[in-house]
Amino acid sequence: MDLYKKTASEIKELVLKKEIKSVEVTEDLFKRIDEVEPKIKAYLTLNKESALAQAKKIDEKIARNEKTGQLAGIPIALKDNLCTEGIKTTCASKILNNFIPPYDASVVKRIKEEDGIIIGKTNLDEFAMGSSTENSAFGPSRNPWDPARVPGGSSGGSAAAIAADLAFLALGSDTGGSIRQPAALSGIVGLKPTYGRVSRYGLVAYASSLDQIGPMTKDVRDAALFLNVLAGQDPADSTSVPLETPDHLEKISRGVKGLKIGVPKEFFVAGLDKEVKESIDQGLKVYEKLGAEISQISLPHTEHGIATYYLIAPSEASSNLARYDGIHYGHQTKSSKGLIDMYSQSRSEGFGDEVKRRIMLGTFSLSSGYYDAYYLRALKVRQLIKQDFDEAFKKVDVIMGPTSPIPAFKFGEKAANPLQMYLCDVFTVTTNLAGLPGISIPCGFTKSSLPIGLQILGRPFDETTLLQTAYAFEQKTEFHKTKPRI
Amino acid sequence: MKVDEKQIDHIAALGRLKFTDQQKKIFIGQFSKILEYVEKVKSVDINKIEPLVHTFDQHNVFRPDENKPSLTREQALSNAPEQTKGFFKVPRVIE
Repeated sequence: MDLYKKTASEIKELVLKKEIKSVEVTEDLFKRIDEVEPKIKAYLTLNKESALAQAKKIDEKIARNEKTGQLAGIPIALKDNLCTEGIKTTCASKILNNFIPPYDASVVKRIKEEDGIIIGKTNLDEFAMGSSTENSAFGPSRNPWDPARVPGGSSGGSAAAIAADLAFLALGSDTGGSIRQPAALSGIVGLKPTYGRVSRYGLVAYASSLDQIGPMTKDVRDAALFLNVLAGQDPADSTSVPLETPDHLEKISRGVKGLKIGVPKEFFVAGLDKEVKESIDQGLKVYEKLGAEISQISLPHTEHGIATYYLIAPSEASSNLARYDGIHYGHQTKSSKGLIDMYSQSRSEGFGDEVKRRIMLGTFSLSSGYYDAYYLRALKVRQLIKQDFDEAFKKVDVIMGPTSPIPAFKFGEKAANPLQMYLCDVFTVTTNLAGLPGISIPCGFTKSSLPIGLQILGRPFDETTLLQTAYAFEQKTEFHKTKPRI
Repeated sequence: MKVDEKQIDHIAALGRLKFTDQQKKIFIGQFSKILEYVEKVKSVDINKIEPLVHTFDQHNVFRPDENKPSLTREQALSNAPEQTKGFFKVPRVIE
C-alpha cells in the first residue's frame, strides 16, 4: 500500500479515522525497512516485536473509542543516545556496546504516554561527536540521495531514516548542529528547540550547556506535532524551563507577511558552496514574494564560533565522559594492573579516536595553567556571540542563511583531517552557544541531486514563529516532497 | 601552541586515557593543529566581558525533600561487568 511514504500527520489522521490500522502501518514500515535498510544502515537496533505489540494495543484503544494520545499509532525512531528501558542504548560506542538502560529518557516516556510506537534506535557519530556518522563504532549510515556520501551527523541515522521513509518521526540531539546539519544534507526537516524547551533527562550527555533534543521529520507540520509532545518542563531536568508550551500546530499557517528576516553577511563568505548560495538566494526570494521584509544584518563574532565551540564542548565532554570507568556499566578491559589502570585501559579500548581527541582537548583546556587562556576565554567569547544575536533580534524576527556551507560530502573526504570536519559546523554552532532555536528545511538541490538546507533561527522560546516561517515556505515549494531514488 | 609528548602523557593521565607510541605520533600532529586553530579566540577583545555558562537566567531549582521510588539494587547493578554480593566489584585497592 506504500503507506511508508506518508507523513506522520497523514498516518495519524488515517489511523484515528479507522481507515487503516496502526498494525498495518507498522508492518508496512518494517517491510520497507527489510528492503531498504541494508543499503542505508540508518538503524543500530530494531524493535519490531514490541512495536507491533504496541501498535495492536493502540488499534484496540481506537476500536473501543477511547481517548488516544497525540502520537497515536505513529512509528518513531530514536537516536541511540536516548535511554530506552530494556532496549540497548549504545551511543554508537564500543564502551556502551551492551548497555541496557533501566529507565526511559523523559522524551521517550512522553512518546509512550502519547501512544507513539518506538520502532528502533538510529545510528550516530560516537557520543554525538561528529558531522558524518563516520565516527560510529558500528559503521556509517549512508545518504539516501547518494550512497557514496554521508548523511551528515551526528544524528545521521535519524536523518537517513526519515529521508528514506524508514520512520515517520525521528528524534535527534543537537549540540553544535547535529540535528540541523544532517537534516540539510539528507533533505528533511530538523528542529533544534531553544535550550531548556525540551527535557534532557535520559539523553546521554555530551556537552550539557549546549545539548538539546529535537524532532527530525518529513515536513514542518510533523515537526510542530512532535514538538508539542516533547516540549515542557520536567522535574527531572532542572534546566528545562517552567514555560507553557504553546500549541505549535494551531497558528502554523499564519504566514510571513510583514515578518522581518535578517540575513547575516557573515554567513555568505568564502567556503560557501556556489550551488548552496544560489539555493539560499532563491529561498529568500520566495519569502520576499510572500511579503516578508529582508535586510542584511551582522553577527560579527560568527568567525570565532568554531573555536569557541571546540573549547567549550570538549571541556564539558571531558567531564561528562569521566563516568565511563568500566566498573558501573559498559566495557571493562580484560587486562589491567590495578584500579586506576583498569579505568585507563577500559576507556582506551572502549572510546573511538574522535571521542579521545575531544576528551584530551577538553582536559587540556580545563587543566591548571591553561584554564584562563582557553576555557574561561571561550566562555567570554560565547557571551559576545550571544550579544550579537540579542542585538540582531532587536531589529529582525528571524535570521536566515545556509545550514551547511556544503552539500553532502563523500565518505573519507574529511575523516582524515579532524579540523576540516569541525569547519562543517560553522553556521550551526553559534545557535547552540547562544541557546537559540533553529530549524533546517529543504530549499533546493544541487545539479547532482543533493539536497540543500535553509536554516532559520529565532528568538529564545519562539519556536512558534520559526515553525510558521518554515511552514509558509513549504506551502510554496515542493522540495520536501521530492524523494530520493533508492 | 605546539604540544610535545610529555604534555600529551600528562593530559592523557588526567583524562584516564592511554595511547600507544604509534597513536601518540598521529595524535600530537592533529592536536597541535586543532590547538592552533582554537587559539583564534585569543585575538578577541574580552576586556570587561563576563563569561557565559548558561544562556538564560538560571537559579537553583529546589524540590521538596520527599522519599520517592528509585532504581532497585538489582537494576542499578544490571549493567555491571562484575558484581559480588550486591556490590560493584573492583580490583583490590588496599594491600
